Amino acid sequence: MSAPIQAGAKVALRCEGLHRYLGQGEGRVHVLRGVSFEARSGQVTAIVGPSGCGKSTTLYLLGLLDQPDGGSIWIRDQLMSNSSDLDRTAARCEHIGFVFQFHFLMQEFSALDNVMMPMRKLGRLTEEAMVARAQSLLKDVGLGEKGHRLATQLSGGEQQRVAVARALANQPAIILADEPTGNLDVKNSGLVFDLLTRLAKENGQAVVLVTHNPDIANRCDEIRPMRDGEFVK
Amino acid sequence: MSTNLRIALRFLTARKRSMLMSLAGIIFGVGFFIVTQAQTSGFEQFFIRTILGTNGAIRIEDKIQDTIFAMAAAGHDAGASKFEVRVDRSARKYIEGVEDPALLAEALRKFRNVAGVSTVVEGSVIADSSFKNDSAKVYGINLDDHLVVSDLAAQVQRGSGSLEDFRSTPQGVLLGKVLADRLQLVVGDSFTLQAGTEQRRYRVSAIYSTGVSDIDKVRIYLHLGEARSLLKKTAGASFIQVALFDRDRAPQDAVQMEEVLRHSTKSWQEREESWLQAFKALQISAALTVSTIILISGLGMFNTLAMIVIEKTKEIAILRSMGYTRRDISRIFIWLGAIVLVIGTIGGWGLGAGVTYGVSKMPIRIRGIFSADSFQVSWNIWHYVVATVTAAVVVMTAAVIPARRAARLEPGDIIRGTSQ
Ligand SMILES: Nc1ncnc2c1ncn2[C@@H]1O[C@H](COP(=O)(O)OP(=O)(O)O)[C@@H](O)[C@H]1O
Ligand SMILES: [Mg+2]
Repeated sequence: MSAPIQAGAKVALRCEGLHRYLGQGEGRVHVLRGVSFEARSGQVTAIVGPSGCGKSTTLYLLGLLDQPDGGSIWIRDQLMSNSSDLDRTAARCEHIGFVFQFHFLMQEFSALDNVMMPMRKLGRLTEEAMVARAQSLLKDVGLGEKGHRLATQLSGGEQQRVAVARALANQPAIILADEPTGNLDVKNSGLVFDLLTRLAKENGQAVVLVTHNPDIANRCDEIRPMRDGEFVK
Repeated sequence: MSTNLRIALRFLTARKRSMLMSLAGIIFGVGFFIVTQAQTSGFEQFFIRTILGTNGAIRIEDKIQDTIFAMAAAGHDAGASKFEVRVDRSARKYIEGVEDPALLAEALRKFRNVAGVSTVVEGSVIADSSFKNDSAKVYGINLDDHLVVSDLAAQVQRGSGSLEDFRSTPQGVLLGKVLADRLQLVVGDSFTLQAGTEQRRYRVSAIYSTGVSDIDKVRIYLHLGEARSLLKKTAGASFIQVALFDRDRAPQDAVQMEEVLRHSTKSWQEREESWLQAFKALQISAALTVSTIILISGLGMFNTLAMIVIEKTKEIAILRSMGYTRRDISRIFIWLGAIVLVIGTIGGWGLGAGVTYGVSKMPIRIRGIFSADSFQVSWNIWHYVVATVTAAVVVMTAAVIPARRAARLEPGDIIRGTSQ
């Protein structure tokens, strides 16, 4: 499936010369040393590399969860790297869907509630429409019957599928997934990955995922290997 | 329902036990606040009712001896002289008693707030029954006038005998219960009163009980004419007792009456100032003491919320990553405080009202400055309001600090900390 980069596809996310230092004083580390990257709508990009090379750090910066010490980030042609917390928060709500390595569901809430959480914040749909959309997303990830279960009553693979459904909830232009399959067995890994890519393709979303799994990386449209805080290709 | 409230409701159970403890603290704090206020002000109200029912709202006694200074003050316009009258009050000279009670009574009735006026002639006597003798105070009254300015009717009912007998018997007296017991007199008995060289025989028409032992052990009511003959006070009066429609206006009325009538005039608030202040002090100290319960629950609340913030940092980071703003996060924790506050105060009202009711039915024998046979309570919405405001200030302050801390959390830092 590793198709060549589709030239015409729109750039949903772009960054240039990102630098990031982490830690304080003696422990201060130059984690990202000039990262440039772009992700196109309808394409799946894999970021690969050894542990500690800065993949997650890059993803958090791209997802506007963190601020770079240098460089720029554009979300759909809008410069976001130095905008206010409120603007970045709004952009996260509207344009970005996250899937974290450890599924990170809200434990006290049902699967359905978890999927509705981003929709509630965006507030574009009526309650009924939100429920309907959340149900259809859960059905898409194969959990149509388990919407009313609490997060704690779901297996790891199921929880990660709920997290995928939640990331898709507001139909964001960009989906960022940090080792979404890292904690899952082979069968579940494949399931979650297929879901993510299929749904993203159907909706023309840009997917960036960090993975250690070469099988999964090879099934992406593009692979960007990273080493010591830089892309090497 | 707002999403933040919805999330707050779920977070509420995150620290169930310590949350319930704080909640219980607020319920008890608010409840006890209400109960103590209901009691202290209940007794205060009862005390006020008692003193109004015995000594009246305003008492006009000793005539002011006109001095040059006082006359100058009297010449001023009302506003200015009011001030001066107060300033030089202690320096004043008085002539004992009321010289022309009829004239004064007539002038008093012209005040709009005056409900009744009773002229009283007072004097010391020795009361002598066949059993023993005792010193006492005679109050010469016109019964119908005095019924308006006191609760004498009810006080006789609490004792024995009847007012009708007194009304129709020139030699009849109304005897205080304590004094009657001391002299071993019952209704219908005869005894003598001696004032100076004058000695006369009277009959007990009724025995009254005000509940104030200082009154019940000395005061003997006589018909005004009888008292005048016995005490040899053919003219004038010892004082005039005044009843008001609006008792709270007594201080202002007293000042005005003093101005106009040129007689020393004291409102019940001035007369009983030390007792009333004691009640106020009691009320305030009870409020402060009980507020510490609320304060401590507030600290517990603070602690609980701070723990929830720590416990829920991951959830906070997820919410932030989904687009929930700092303000949303802080609102969730403010909601937590508000939910506990609302449940706590409503519970506290229930507890307060319930215990207040229960206490009011509790038998207790009080004899002293007043007498009561059960706990006195007063139902006042302000007790509930003040308790609620106190709880609101404490709980919301306790919620704001953790809320702000939660809002300040950086989602990137949290997520980096949990997944490498
Ligand atoms: N708070 C921190 N202080 C100092 N160094 C940190 C901190 N957090 C992460 N790092 C370092 O940053 C580097 C990149 O981390 P990360 O982006 O999580 O790597 P990856 O996801 O590629 O495994 C690592 O070497 C890690 O040790
Ligand atoms: Mg990582």
